[in-house]
Amino acid sequence: MSDIMTAKDLNLWYDKTHALKNVNITIPEKSITAFIGPSGCGKSTFLKTLNRMNDLIPIVKITGEVCYNGQNIYDSSVDVNELRREIGMVFQKPNPFPMSIYDNIAYGPRTHGIKSKVKLDEIVEQSLRDAAIWDEVKDRLKKNALGMSGGQQQRLCIARALAVKPKILLMDEPTSALDPISTSRIEELAIELKKSYTIVIVTHNMQQAVRISDNTAFFLLGELIEYGETEKLFSQPTDKRTEDYITGRFG
Amino acid sequence: MLSKKRKAYITAMKTAMYISVGLTAALVIFLVLFVFFKGIPHISRELLFTKPSYTSGRIGILPDVLNTLYIVLATLILVIPLGVGAAIYLTEYAQNKKIVGMIEYAAETLSGIPSIIYGLVGMLFFCQFLGFKTSLLAGSMTLVIMNLPTIMRTTQESLKTVPQSYRDGAFGLGAGKWRVIRTVVLPGCVDGVITGCILSVGRILGESAALLFTAGFAHALNGIVEGLASPGATLTVALYVYAKEQGEFGVAFAIAAILMILTLLINLSAVLVSKHFAKKRKL
Ligand SMILES: Nc1ncnc2c1ncn2[C@@H]1O[C@H](COP(=O)(O)OP(=O)(O)O)[C@@H](O)[C@H]1O
Ligand SMILES: [Mg+2]
Repeated sequence: MSDIMTAKDLNLWYDKTHALKNVNITIPEKSITAFIGPSGCGKSTFLKTLNRMNDLIPIVKITGEVCYNGQNIYDSSVDVNELRREIGMVFQKPNPFPMSIYDNIAYGPRTHGIKSKVKLDEIVEQSLRDAAIWDEVKDRLKKNALGMSGGQQQRLCIARALAVKPKILLMDEPTSALDPISTSRIEELAIELKKSYTIVIVTHNMQQAVRISDNTAFFLLGELIEYGETEKLFSQPTDKRTEDYITGRFG
Repeated sequence: MLSKKRKAYITAMKTAMYISVGLTAALVIFLVLFVFFKGIPHISRELLFTKPSYTSGRIGILPDVLNTLYIVLATLILVIPLGVGAAIYLTEYAQNKKIVGMIEYAAETLSGIPSIIYGLVGMLFFCQFLGFKTSLLAGSMTLVIMNLPTIMRTTQESLKTVPQSYRDGAFGLGAGKWRVIRTVVLPGCVDGVITGCILSVGRILGESAALLFTAGFAHALNGIVEGLASPGATLTVALYVYAKEQGEFGVAFAIAAILMILTLLINLSAVLVSKHFAKKRKL
């Protein structure tokens, strides 16, 4: 499997807070990579550096490189909007727009210039099918998305992200606000999606990392402590701190 | 157990409270009834739909109704884009929070200045310096400045209630800043803009001092274009003129009753609008 993203000596500051320290990592294509670590260790921050969502916070300063397909995404020649189209994001709290289900899914394609009704209909249906929610919503596409349950909203957000045909899907604790049934549906969905997409998922739930991910990265206080195949990291961690964390001795 | 003294104190305070509530309510009711009683008998079809005729001495307030309408329209058309634009800039673009704070403070202060001062400045600046003469347009411009802070502040407040997660969602899909604002942020602040407009309309209806200086007090019947270019009295100014200069108290009270009804309607619509949007938010 080839690598799709690489971070080299990545450092990030929120003003004076050094939130990421010399992170080096390579993420393989069409796999699921999980980020674990105690809360506040920089998982979300690192995830957001991968599609430049940190640009929206004025106090952030970044050094080092993040390469996507060999190109440093922090290069001034990079079109951030196009980058975020290719590297989509699903947030911790489901955040559908206060519009109809259809308009939520069509938002991305419309943003990128698709106007034809036929084409949009097609994309909306396909994205909802891919996110395994089509059967539940096909009869109420014109209804407001805020009327759906939390689990449905999150799958809608996944469908919305898929609608712009991304290569990578970044998910920041996508199931932390959901009940166990919705959680397992999203886990199944992630496993299904990795056939066509690269998935990077932040999770505070170690069982979840074990269940779905191929590789796992363990963060602590802004440092990447250990990174490797999930099975190996959880069965024979090489770093004492990883072992302490996965055996529940802290965090 | 409460002591006797304490009990007496509480009873006294309660009585005082009921008396003041009762007095306030009685005052409002008295005022409204008084105006309606004095004004409504003078409201006639002729009064509402004709212009004053100096040959027959008949009085009609149609020109004043129209002038009010023209001034409200012209002011809103100018003040909405300015106020909403300023609010968007301040909440979505401006980086320097200190300057934003200062502008917000200035806006608050501006809305507390007595309106006659706006009138004086408007007269010097719009009527004389910019050469608009005494006209409804000069009046509208003055009202634009008076109402700009209101529209700006209400829009700003409702922009702040649009959840950051909507913006993140849109940016995450590759939308540019302006698209995010146009499609996700602005629809969320429609209620603020509407509230601001309702407040402004109320203020425009009630304004007299600023307009006496800038828009004058003519009662000519005009179309909107001519109307804006010429001097004219709004209902409130007309009320002043009829009562003070011509001693026509019947007409003045008729106008007062009409203004009162309009004000009630405006307040009612403000309540309805905010209820409507509160319901939508909860969904
Ligand atoms: N917008 C922000 N401004 C300032 N500091 C922040 C911001 N977001 C996160 N941080 C800080 O960066 C560190 C890492 O946070 P985060 O990436 O959210 O951790 P995690 O997702 O692992 O819980 C924390 O110390 C947090 O306080
Ligand atoms: Mg986090």
